[in-house]
Amino acid sequence: MIDSDTDVIRVRELVKKFGSFVANDRLSFRVHKGEIFGFLGANGAGKTTTIRILCGLSYPTSGEIEVAGHDVYTQRERIKRKIGYMSQKFSLYEDLTVSENIRLYAGIYGLDRRYILQREKQLLQQLGLQDIQNQFIRKIPLGWKQKLAFSVAVFHKPAIVFLDEPTGGVDPITRRQFWEMIHEVTREGITVFVTTHYMDEAEYCDRVSIMVDGRIEALEPPAVLKERYNCGDMNEVFIKLARKQ
Amino acid sequence: MKRFFGLVSKEFQHIFRDVRTLVILFGLPVVMIVLFGYVVTNEIRDVKIVVWDRSGDQLSREAVSKILSSGYFILAGYLDREEEIESLFRSGEAKVAVIFEHDFEKNLVREKKAAIRLVTDASDANSAQLALNYLQGVLTGFFMSLDQDVSLPWAVDIKTRMFYNEEMRGVYMFVPGLMALILMLISSLMTSVTITREKEFGTMELLLASPLKPVEIILGKVTPYVLLSLVNAATIILLGYLVFRVPVMGSIWILMLECLLYITLALSLGVLISTHASTQQIAMVFSMVGLLLPTILLSGFIFPIDNMPKILQWFSSIMPARWFIVIVKNVMLKGTGMAFIWKETLILLGMTVFFILAALKRFNIRLE
Amino acid sequence: MSVVIHRVDKSFKEFRALKQVDLRLDSGELFGVIGPDGAGKSTLFRIIASLLAPDSGRCEVNGFNVVRDYREVRRLIGYMPGRFSLYMDLSVEENLNFYARVFGTSVRANYELIREVYRHIEPFKKRLAKRLSGGMKQKLALSCALIHRPQVLVLDEPTTGVDAVSRGEFWELLESIRQEGITILVSTPYMDEAERCDRVALMQKGRVLDVADPSEIGKGDMLPIYALRSNREVYPFLKRIRKLEGCRSAWLFGDELHVTLKAPQHASAFRKEIAGWEDDSLKWVPISPSIEDRFMWLMTEAGEAGTAPGSMNENNSLSEDYKYT
Repeated sequence: MIDSDTDVIRVRELVKKFGSFVANDRLSFRVHKGEIFGFLGANGAGKTTTIRILCGLSYPTSGEIEVAGHDVYTQRERIKRKIGYMSQKFSLYEDLTVSENIRLYAGIYGLDRRYILQREKQLLQQLGLQDIQNQFIRKIPLGWKQKLAFSVAVFHKPAIVFLDEPTGGVDPITRRQFWEMIHEVTREGITVFVTTHYMDEAEYCDRVSIMVDGRIEALEPPAVLKERYNCGDMNEVFIKLARKQ
Repeated sequence: MKRFFGLVSKEFQHIFRDVRTLVILFGLPVVMIVLFGYVVTNEIRDVKIVVWDRSGDQLSREAVSKILSSGYFILAGYLDREEEIESLFRSGEAKVAVIFEHDFEKNLVREKKAAIRLVTDASDANSAQLALNYLQGVLTGFFMSLDQDVSLPWAVDIKTRMFYNEEMRGVYMFVPGLMALILMLISSLMTSVTITREKEFGTMELLLASPLKPVEIILGKVTPYVLLSLVNAATIILLGYLVFRVPVMGSIWILMLECLLYITLALSLGVLISTHASTQQIAMVFSMVGLLLPTILLSGFIFPIDNMPKILQWFSSIMPARWFIVIVKNVMLKGTGMAFIWKETLILLGMTVFFILAALKRFNIRLE
Repeated sequence: MSVVIHRVDKSFKEFRALKQVDLRLDSGELFGVIGPDGAGKSTLFRIIASLLAPDSGRCEVNGFNVVRDYREVRRLIGYMPGRFSLYMDLSVEENLNFYARVFGTSVRANYELIREVYRHIEPFKKRLAKRLSGGMKQKLALSCALIHRPQVLVLDEPTTGVDAVSRGEFWELLESIRQEGITILVSTPYMDEAERCDRVALMQKGRVLDVADPSEIGKGDMLPIYALRSNREVYPFLKRIRKLEGCRSAWLFGDELHVTLKAPQHASAFRKEIAGWEDDSLKWVPISPSIEDRFMWLMTEAGEAGTAPGSMNENNSLSEDYKYT
């Protein structure tokens, strides 16, 4: 359900410096509504810096950046209401149960209590987690945890969901199920902004950007990139680009 | 040996590179001593006294007016029953009661002997002690000035009693107490945190997987802290002497050896804590709640042990700090030698051996 | 035999981390253990590194029992735990020197061995470990694990969270270390890295599903596997394939779908069916399975994916109403 005429993220000439170090060097890109946008790059290329800025967690040094129609300098609180975020390192509270986590996050976004309960039931059923809804998060396997974390991140129907290496260490089947969930939410008009180190996952994105040393080296659909760089798969494309310098 | 020194020098690198550790290690003792010294002020002013003059003669009245003219005390009223004292203390209307015996002047003249009792509210021990000292000074000065008129020899027996805090507590008291506290803090907290940090960052896993023996790992981790804690003990003694004129009457060597024993004990406690805690945070809470609080509350540092309920008294006797404070007070303030502190020393030694064994038993050659 | 693991069981309270694990490593071999988080890889490696004792079974490294002779084992093993065991407040050089001293050796004595790895980070030797990039940390940790010239190198997920370029370089380094005759045992969640190993063990939920030569993978009991390609939107395509009769499994796989059928005889009906979809871009090719295909096959055969809550197979409730157009 990509709506190419509507941009949910607009970045123009984004620069972020830490002292003399330039983490993001004049980035410009747009993300369309309903798109799966793969945000790739080597470690230390500046991905995390960009994501933090887009989520309203840190200020850019300069540049015009709009997320979900709001300006990142002046409307950070509004942005935060319209986005969801999930990372591999932190997603759910380990010492709360499955249900408690769902209600906690839904509550943070100020959703109606009755609505939460109804959606929670639906969600638990979809994920097949009814039987363990009162289990502590730390007791459940990583794969289920990540799927639940994703569902929680999109529970409030955000305009954009940011996924920072969501599938690291997850088994190959669960990883694919996770991507099917990603595809599913885009059909509700949610835009997905995702980073990953699995290059086969880059293939599942509508468009992929590859960041090298704080700059975006390429931004195209995977098929176009493979053709342009004459590569069989995204892994080769990535290595070709990231090693170029 | 080479391995061991590798560990020790690495530990020193950690310590000297971490500003927070350095602040705790060297800033804390200084700050605490100065803070205590500031709180325990040496000045008193406008202490409220009540008088129970059972004699009501010329001399007792003169003594009262002498006290009031000293400028340190103000009269809150006269009493005629002893029972009133406590309620006045409780309501805070008075801090000190001065009690003259029956026929005060007559006794002094005839028997060359008379008694004054001073009763204070010692819930604030230090200011109570100060007030008593001042009162005694004023009264002694007054009776000395009478010397020429009264035929010698004579004696005014000034008896003092402290309410709520019967044990006499000098201003000096806080130096031994602080020493016990700071050494416990630095030694046990810092070691437990530094060992759990290695667990948390996964480096302990590698140390364990190396040919190092557990004893080597532990010794390598704690040796730097033994040295630094000794430096700390010396700093506290020096500061106490320079800033508050707290003397070391006994042997400085005995004092330092006792410090070393106490430090070793605290370190073994730290190691023991680290074997139970998986993160620095847990180790910190363990040390704070499990060691520091009891040390402050139960060692007799702040609250006198004799006033505690029996069960707490029993608890206090398993506090290493309690015995250490006795030792330090003896050596520092009374100048006594080993003859008077061997019992306490033995108790500390026993505890040390126990905790070292317990820590070694817990410190596994494997991960679980 | 360099490492022998014989019927090893290991539980943590009620959780069974390893179930009857059997593995044998030849000297000088580069052996991969592939599996997702929670498969038991780290537990297995810790047992080999003598950091955990097995509940039952036997584990030996170069003939030394990891429980009884743990001293010897620790001398001849080089272990790199899952999290890089570096002191972040020490510099590159200080970390390396420290680990050298711990093992009673010096950097100079073994410089030749680590040179290939260390030369990548040597220009930054004065830098604190915490200021290194992920790839550089990984190389420093490897240098530290190698510094005492171990006979067996045990690397627990050295490439997790590391980008594809650094990962590639890392595997090249492992190759050069193997030339020195050191046995290498390495675990990874990235299936594609398996191709770089001499042999791999596939692990899932505490069990070794299979041990094989990467090129031999799939020559066993697997049903034929097909790659499907189409220019149309992939997700609806996938769901439509899954609905076909005879489809055993269909998964996204890069820019293709990988499909297995319930039985070979369904193939012709299947082909006929999709021919009727009037999709000129649709292609259907039998392929030889990759390690990941093999892994997924074994997972479903073991019934582990099917029973997993949250499995989103045909029975899921999401958008059944969608029509392929």
